[in-house]
Amino acid sequence: MSRVIFPLIVVLVLIAIPILGVKVAGLHLLFGVVIPYVAFAIFILGFIWRVIYWAQSPVPFRIPTTAGQQRSLPWFKQSRWDNPFTTGEVIVRMALEVLCFRSLFRNKRIDFRQLPDGTPILRYSPTKWLWAFALLFHWSFLIILIRHIRLATVPIPGPIEFLDHLDAIFEIGLPQLYLTDLTILAGLLFLLCRRLFIPQLRYISLPADYFPLFLIISIVCSGMLMRYFLRTDIVGVKELVMGLVSFHPHAPVKDIGTIFFVHIFLVSCLFAYFPFSKLMHMGGVFLSPTRNLANNSRYKRHINPWNYPVKTHPYEEYEEEFREFMKQAGIPVEKE
Amino acid sequence: MAAKTPKPQELLQIDHRPPREWWMDRKVVFKPGTWCYAGRPENVKALDLPFPREWSPDEEDWKLPDNWKEIVLETFRDRLHKFRSLKVFMDICVRCGACADKCHYFIGSGDPKNMPVLRAELLRSIYRGEFTKAGQILGRLAGGRKLTYDVIKEWFYYFFQCTECRRCSVFCPYGIDTAEITMIARELLLEIGININWIMGPVANSFRTGNHMGLLPHTFKDNIEFLCEDIYDITGIKIEPTFNRKGAEILFITPSADVFAEPGIYTCMGYLLLFHYLDLDYTWSTYASEGGNFGLFTSHEMMKRLNAKMYAEAKRLGVKWILGGECGHMWRVIHQYMNTLNGPADFLEVPVSPITGTRFEHAKATKMIHILEFISDLIYHDKLNLDPSRNDHLVVTHHDSCNPVRAMGFIQEPRHVIKSVCNNFYEMPENTIYAETFCCGSGAGLNTDEFMEMRMRGGLPRANAVDYVHKKYGVNRMTAICAIDRAVLPTLMNYWVPGVSISGVCELVGNALVMPGEKPRDIDLRQEPLVRPTAEMPSEDESDV
Amino acid sequence: MYDADKIIPGLIVFLIIVLFPYYYTMGRMVPAPKPIKPTKYKKCVEPLSYMRAAHMDILDAWRDEVVRHEKRVYVSSTGKEWDMSLQNECLRCHDNKAKFCDRCHNYLGVKPYCWDCHFEPNKIKELPHKMMTKETM
Repeated sequence: MSRVIFPLIVVLVLIAIPILGVKVAGLHLLFGVVIPYVAFAIFILGFIWRVIYWAQSPVPFRIPTTAGQQRSLPWFKQSRWDNPFTTGEVIVRMALEVLCFRSLFRNKRIDFRQLPDGTPILRYSPTKWLWAFALLFHWSFLIILIRHIRLATVPIPGPIEFLDHLDAIFEIGLPQLYLTDLTILAGLLFLLCRRLFIPQLRYISLPADYFPLFLIISIVCSGMLMRYFLRTDIVGVKELVMGLVSFHPHAPVKDIGTIFFVHIFLVSCLFAYFPFSKLMHMGGVFLSPTRNLANNSRYKRHINPWNYPVKTHPYEEYEEEFREFMKQAGIPVEKE
Repeated sequence: MAAKTPKPQELLQIDHRPPREWWMDRKVVFKPGTWCYAGRPENVKALDLPFPREWSPDEEDWKLPDNWKEIVLETFRDRLHKFRSLKVFMDICVRCGACADKCHYFIGSGDPKNMPVLRAELLRSIYRGEFTKAGQILGRLAGGRKLTYDVIKEWFYYFFQCTECRRCSVFCPYGIDTAEITMIARELLLEIGININWIMGPVANSFRTGNHMGLLPHTFKDNIEFLCEDIYDITGIKIEPTFNRKGAEILFITPSADVFAEPGIYTCMGYLLLFHYLDLDYTWSTYASEGGNFGLFTSHEMMKRLNAKMYAEAKRLGVKWILGGECGHMWRVIHQYMNTLNGPADFLEVPVSPITGTRFEHAKATKMIHILEFISDLIYHDKLNLDPSRNDHLVVTHHDSCNPVRAMGFIQEPRHVIKSVCNNFYEMPENTIYAETFCCGSGAGLNTDEFMEMRMRGGLPRANAVDYVHKKYGVNRMTAICAIDRAVLPTLMNYWVPGVSISGVCELVGNALVMPGEKPRDIDLRQEPLVRPTAEMPSEDESDV
Repeated sequence: MYDADKIIPGLIVFLIIVLFPYYYTMGRMVPAPKPIKPTKYKKCVEPLSYMRAAHMDILDAWRDEVVRHEKRVYVSSTGKEWDMSLQNECLRCHDNKAKFCDRCHNYLGVKPYCWDCHFEPNKIKELPHKMMTKETM
């Protein structure tokens, strides 16, 4: 249980920190400028550091997981996206994996039961829930991040403004409701609930699995509170952000609203936490040798940079030991 | 000897819900039938591997070296340095659980540590607890734990309950491959003298005699000649294969089980008939007399040490290219590792079929092709006189072996050949074949009798799919292009689906191939009549369960 | 480092994406927009800080009151009565849409749909005569 409670408490503390820091201590500059800068720097540098840490180890063997027919003889139709042979095919496989979660799409649920006479029955049925909600969550998050660029650019680039309006296409309420606010929440709650309520999932889950969920849920909720309920001086917010991105940071205007500081502090925490957590799957998926290599190791030699000579049992030693047997059996030998 | 294996009905009491106690709090219990015997000191010594000694996993004291902890951590660091796969797989798992019910051992046992995600977490928790700051300070709250004696025992138990089949990797959104994790975990254990005899024995044999079975050169030759005698009795055709012959065009290598043990020998008779039919200029080798490579289940280094024989022998004999028989993990080694480990094979030529002239371009670097690629090409060019009705006594299904499918993509080749040599072929349900095929439950060196309970549990998903086609279509024969499959599936079938026998694809080819000058064929290569059994399926001997 | 030929370009793409606002701004100081305030009038319907953050709430509420309940009088927090009308009340003081409304809205990329139905004050005289009903005034 502490695996759920501990991360929850941490997130609650993280929410309390900016409230106290801004309301009580009046540390607007710290929470509005210093922490976001530091967090973003940790994110960028940490991300690069982690990728380079991975890259310092070679890929000694070509070990793609082949999920379809290989390219061999012309009368067999190769599964190009599941068993790529060329770099182009690998790129398509990776794109399908990263953009569409193709492997997750394959997910099957197992159904194990026994007939009255004891005969075991094992059946497998496709289950798309995890795939659908994972996709919903990730794409919503991406769109939310992209449309936040409207607060960090002047003039706002057309495509970003377009995406922003697209997200609010149903024109519900004022300010208009973003669809992604609902979909990301749906995705997050689904991912959280399956961890909490499916026994196997709860069993494998670590605090590090609940923490990002709680954190991102808090970020989404603080953002929604700010936009739809508590209101903040959004011009003041953009002014602050523009100060950050133009490297002319200045203290935020005083009546910007505490909820904004909660939001930006939680986002800072997520950014700073990112490179040291499982969230690095964002970069790692590109470096997974079972997915990003072409299955052509019989066609083209793959080089292992640390391939070293090993002790073998050469033929000479073999013949030395068995020469008499071989001669008697009429097997040719090198030395008579 | 081995523990008594529970009856199927006892074994089916499977609870997939996890226990109350969290996995980090649970200690391994070494129940007979679920673990393999320790490597015999003479085998370990023969291979110059560390810490040969008498020990047993069910005893309290494993007689580990005093500095076992430093050795394991040092080796772990070294492997992180050598394998990007390991680093990435240690860092990026999000525990989404997509892999959880994909493992045949989890399906068959319900043991949560057989979920691929937890199997990997056994290693990951140590990576975090020993190598990352957060894990060192926060311990369990950061998902980390310290390396203890109990952890070593847990590793042994669960990394020798993984058959490296890669099914989980197909479903993982990041392609995390438990086979890779298991291979490296076994390397860590090997460094402190923890290994199993069912792997050490074949490896030691293979190193010295050239094959797992430990067949000495003359015995190897004798065995094949016995098979030729049987072929003569069945077909009236006299075959005289050659051994270690210099100047042959092709070197043929197959798992030694095909030469030695039922039902592989019938597959081997298929090879012999085919090569005779084609008048192929090929030779066997008694030195490179093993296709399989239990080094793959030991360490990357051991894989290289054993695999070196293939190219070395091809070079010594001066052949043009190498043809490989039906074997699963052998083909993983050949396809994904051999050329990297022991290449480049620039003394060989790109394989060209001497009968059809087809150039096997896709194997132009490794210079070795699979016998079914070779046969498929012959059939495509109509070079074989086949009579599929000679397999009419068989209703056939095909088991996709893990390694050829998920480490190569070998799916249509066997089907092309099977459908050309028999008239009754039925696929098992779609989620149990192709890339989603289920392991036999005994791969990766776990095909030993003392492991029988886990083997029967792990084989349940495969057996259940066979049961489906057995009942629906009367399937009585399953082909498998893997020597381990041929060795273990008969036992599995006897346990779960009596009435289904196992063979390689080339056995069916041997049955169907109309040899010039043969006598009328009324029995198949097993010397069983060529008529379809109409009554109850024959129940086979169950003594080895 | 291995595979630098693929990983370094990958990291550069990563940087190009995440650093977009920085190089797009190029260190330019972009001052916040200063909407021109009415000169003739001193007080808005509600306090300035509230209006700045929540004017859309008032407009949204007014619309519903007028359109659905035919209620046209708003009583402010100070007890003063106002006509619930964007054009007749708000735009009476804030008579320059471009320099008042649009400055902030454009700055934030907000395109309120007020103007789907309402007209800008200085555009009214450009309208054809017959469209000039009382409602649009």
